[in-house]
Amino acid sequence: MNDGSSDPEQLGERRTPFGEVWQVFRRDRLAMTGLVALAVLVVCALLGKLLTEWWVVIDPATVRLPDKLRPPLSGPSEVIGAERLPEFGFYLFGTDDLGRSVFARMLQGSFVSLTIGLVSVGISVGIGVLLGGIAGYYGERKFLFVRIDAWIMRFTDVALCFPTFFLILTVVALLPPSIFNIMIVIGVTSWMGTARFIRAEFLSLRERDFVLAARALGLPSWRLIFRHMVPNALSPVFVSATIDVARAVLTESALSFLGFGVQPPYATWGNILADGRAFLFDAPWLFLIPGSAILLIVLAFNLVGEGLREAMNPKLRRARA
Amino acid sequence: MWRYLGRTIVERLLLLVLISIVSHAVVHLAPGSPAEVDSLNPMMKAEDVLKIRKSFHLDEPLHVQYWYWLSDLFSGELRSFRDNQPVLPRIWDRFLNSLPLFAATTLIVWGLSFPLGIAAAIRRGSRFDRATTFLAYTLISVPGFFLSYVVILGMSRTFDLPILGNRTIGVEGASAFVQVMDRLWHLVTPALMSAMTGIAILSRYVRTQMLEVIGEDYVRTARAKGLPEDEVVYGHALRNALLPFVTMFGFLLPGMIGGSVIFEQIFAWPGLGRLGYEAVLGRDFPTILTLNFFAAVLTLVGVLISDLLYALVDPRIRLS
Repeated sequence: MNDGSSDPEQLGERRTPFGEVWQVFRRDRLAMTGLVALAVLVVCALLGKLLTEWWVVIDPATVRLPDKLRPPLSGPSEVIGAERLPEFGFYLFGTDDLGRSVFARMLQGSFVSLTIGLVSVGISVGIGVLLGGIAGYYGERKFLFVRIDAWIMRFTDVALCFPTFFLILTVVALLPPSIFNIMIVIGVTSWMGTARFIRAEFLSLRERDFVLAARALGLPSWRLIFRHMVPNALSPVFVSATIDVARAVLTESALSFLGFGVQPPYATWGNILADGRAFLFDAPWLFLIPGSAILLIVLAFNLVGEGLREAMNPKLRRARA
Repeated sequence: MWRYLGRTIVERLLLLVLISIVSHAVVHLAPGSPAEVDSLNPMMKAEDVLKIRKSFHLDEPLHVQYWYWLSDLFSGELRSFRDNQPVLPRIWDRFLNSLPLFAATTLIVWGLSFPLGIAAAIRRGSRFDRATTFLAYTLISVPGFFLSYVVILGMSRTFDLPILGNRTIGVEGASAFVQVMDRLWHLVTPALMSAMTGIAILSRYVRTQMLEVIGEDYVRTARAKGLPEDEVVYGHALRNALLPFVTMFGFLLPGMIGGSVIFEQIFAWPGLGRLGYEAVLGRDFPTILTLNFFAAVLTLVGVLISDLLYALVDPRIRLS
């Protein structure tokens, strides 16, 4: 459709809001690189889930004690039986202190790390949109003599007053460590920004002409909220959610560093990295590979997020034109 | 003005009470009791656990425990569950340790971010801008402890910088000058490493803010009047771009407790974050709660300061 020669500013061409953002976004080379990296990651994560759990071709749990701490690209020793041979006949990323293939563990970890990021951000966006939406739309009503808006926003203030990482640490240390607890805790402690965004957007959207018109047509309020207001309020949320996924992946690795992360036998990039620190001198690849992988993926999420922010910000867009 | 101040202070105090109740509930309702920390010890019998629970008042209802904690806190009698030492003096000691690290980090972050961000904004799209942008994203994206370990390897080998702790053991006998230099020397690496993310985030923010302001009409007017470029950038644009940073200044305070856990752990810095980490490990409820409480106080004070500063800097804002 777009052969590059057609002028996007041309009159008469139909442009959806999404198409307009895409036009700006695709010109941002850094952001496009990030998007490609994310696509690769998603493929890796799905492949990892498929190949390490459902149809076990590459087993991250195979222990080969004679082959421990092998550097990347080295082959297996002769004592390894045929059923324990690594995936391509050699160790692509080396082996760890139990002789497990780092490549297989990274592949398995990519799914777990990505899920932690996406689910925890899903939780935080869900809570944020719900509370912010209620505060922005039904804020004027009263509950126990105080406006609902005041209730929710004071609650948000309370939540903001906890040092987030410290709170996560407290809860994770007290709860039995599991992937789900970590997702929930990260999600439950990071919704405040979204709630404030959505509330502010709703307060201004509520007075816009198109919402007033929709209301004058007698639309029920759920339709007003979900069909007309939420889609218009979501763009800043979308940007911050992208960046929050990056932050959640980092938080997970920080928790792993302190020993509160996802517990073995599950591999995540965070705990491969944290375990690798013990072999910093003898087996630097155990530390450098997961570290660089986290760096690249978080970077990709951040670049895409910033690209979206620039593409969605009309003020900056005008300045560029 | 004074009425505003009075009202917000009352509001903040109410908020503080609410926060203390919530944090008390969170810590006590989560599974894992301090009486069971040593659950693997075969000498620990059921009656011992009961005795521990009784002596810490853990067998009483939650609101009674809350009251115990609060009254102990304000009478200064609060003692740690782990070693029965008073909590407040220890927090004060650790606070004094955290303060230099925090101050140095803040100084580095704010000192470097502004020149970098402004330069990038003025030369938007230049090679410098693109390089700093990319570098900033990389720094934001790298796990703090990963970078620190890589740097520790380099720093300790090439520059012979001390890495662990905040002073050399046994330096107490030396002259004051040696002691001060020793402390400063120990400060370099941890402060630099914990400043990295801050520099990246803040310099990005400065850049965005400058770009927004530079597009405004009054900046064009200043240029049209023929003012020198430096005058336009620093006198007209920067002064207006600075406003949001005044509010950020207030939010720095609570970072002293929460933001430092990882770096204090890496560099064995005996500060507040590490105290919190140790307390969490040992289910030391009085210490955890008190630290949380102080973090909340710092946040609220920070928000209040930033509100006041904002009104002070921007004459358009009236506190009412």
